[in-house]
Amino acid sequence: MRIGTAKENYLHDAALFDTNVQRAWMVALAAALLVLPFISGQYIGYLVCLVLINIVSTTGLNILTGFTGLVSLGQAAFMGVGAYTVAILEINAGTPFLLNLLIAGGAASLVGVVVGLPSLRVKGLYLAIATIAASVILHFVFANWTSVTGGVSGLTMPPASIFGFELVQPNQVYWIIMPITVVMLFGAANLFRTRIGRAFIAIRDRDISAEVLGIRLLRYKLLSFAISSFYAGVAGGLWAYFFRVITPESFPLMMSIFFLAAIIVGGMGSILGGILGAVFMTMVPEILKMMVGVLSPIWPDAVAVMSPVRIIVFGGLIIFFLIFEPDGLAEIWRNIRRFFHLWPFRT
Amino acid sequence: MQMRQVSQSARSIEPPLLNQEILAVDRVSLSFGGVKALSNVSFSVKEGSITSVIGPNGAGKTSLFNSISGFYKPSEGDVRFLGENVNKITAPERAERGMARTFQNIALFKGMTVLDNIKLGRHAHLKTNVLDALFYFGRARREECELRREIEERIIDFLEIDHIRNQSVANLSYGLQKRVELARALAMQPKILLLDEPVAGMNREETEDMARFILDVKEEWGVTVLMVEHDMGLVMDLSDHVVCLNFGKVITEGLPGDVQAHPDVISAYLGSGDVAALRKKFKEGK
Repeated sequence: MRIGTAKENYLHDAALFDTNVQRAWMVALAAALLVLPFISGQYIGYLVCLVLINIVSTTGLNILTGFTGLVSLGQAAFMGVGAYTVAILEINAGTPFLLNLLIAGGAASLVGVVVGLPSLRVKGLYLAIATIAASVILHFVFANWTSVTGGVSGLTMPPASIFGFELVQPNQVYWIIMPITVVMLFGAANLFRTRIGRAFIAIRDRDISAEVLGIRLLRYKLLSFAISSFYAGVAGGLWAYFFRVITPESFPLMMSIFFLAAIIVGGMGSILGGILGAVFMTMVPEILKMMVGVLSPIWPDAVAVMSPVRIIVFGGLIIFFLIFEPDGLAEIWRNIRRFFHLWPFRT
Repeated sequence: MQMRQVSQSARSIEPPLLNQEILAVDRVSLSFGGVKALSNVSFSVKEGSITSVIGPNGAGKTSLFNSISGFYKPSEGDVRFLGENVNKITAPERAERGMARTFQNIALFKGMTVLDNIKLGRHAHLKTNVLDALFYFGRARREECELRREIEERIIDFLEIDHIRNQSVANLSYGLQKRVELARALAMQPKILLLDEPVAGMNREETEDMARFILDVKEEWGVTVLMVEHDMGLVMDLSDHVVCLNFGKVITEGLPGDVQAHPDVISAYLGSGDVAALRKKFKEGK
């Protein structure tokens, strides 16, 4: 049961983690994140990095779609802008990776603002179509602006380096990806404790009355696009440092749908939802793949037979969660927490 | 065009804030295609008063409110707020200048708690920018703390909604939602409060509470109130000044008692002619 949580001032009441139990869990999580690369193998390390990159991008999309209510299918293309920016800077200028990532985020948010311009007039599905158009155009630019992007064959870039030490393996690149992910998640959570985050939610819930409260719609919609695509740009930059080969096919439209599915499964308008959604969408296919692998010694044809089944199970799980808990995994998590707040008593 | 511009600005510079009018509606007309929602409506709201706009359904009261708060642009005439012509000023900027309104059909943000809804009212007066917000440091933290304290101590206590502050507004009763909407409008630090049917659909007790809050807003907060309301009891008890609209025109305005007794107002609400004659006519027609 949850006891002893009385607050003495407003600052404590507004804290992100407001109970000692929560803080203890966060310390445990931080410790796990610090120890992880030393105990995990290459494969686990690879998966963890991929999950973290997806978390950054999903959180960005959640700010735009989940919190501001503007449906976008351009997230992968914005990631592409970030990835190409990092690759070009790393190849031609050799600037430090942190600066490259910031510039990548900035470049992506500039593109995002331009793509977001129609959002004052069009909403919902229409805006989604407009952003698909933008991602098709960006794909075309990646594939055909050969002098800058290397055309269809793409770019191969050198690894990131800290003090002359090159980060090549997933367990090494992890030290860039993990801290940046953590910082960006805290940033997103903080955003919704202030007037800017509240304005976003107001626009989502009722844009007309938001205007009467003094919220300038165009400015805040574009700001949401800018922040969201900044996250995408940084995620794309991290992706570039992780894979180090970028082609126009690295960021297909399917990837944007992946992020949209992640926030829907995880929980729209919840930072935790974005995290859970990204973890679910990245890990479940891998876990299913592992299960098929386990079966193969017993059943030689497992891989051939079960591969399509795996995809069907994945799709089925998504549908199951949508029906079972439309508010996403985050709501399931909140229900579990609520249960333990009162345990051993029942509601 | 040039001439019109000059005459407009000349008009707004004219000194005559005679009775300290805070809001003036000056010969405002509004038409949608062929429908004239408002024609030549003029009245003014004195600072520190409660002014009510009454009229039968479809008289143009909400259209008038929408013209004042900046959703509609009048086809003719001016709206002046604090002596300034606000025709060309957008709704968010009017909010920054101190105009707050509530809506007839509640316009709260369902995805937020009561507290966040109220905090949102202060939006235009806060200065936190994106960087402050992302790091929740310095200005963001300070502003949020001050805002929270003020909302708790002045608004939530005043409107007696402390027990629901952390609930989602979607779960609240109608009367409480109306009260939260008033709280949000008060958080805007308004100079004038536009209330669109503040007690519509409320029971007797909730109406009495709301009436008390509206009076307190005027007397303790010194905020001018302009409201549209159908509850004649409330209008007559609270108002300093009543404007009656019918078919988009001002029929009469003045003290509550005078307006209530005005023959045009009675006929607008009850229909004209005496009932006996009508009944006779009806029988003959048969």
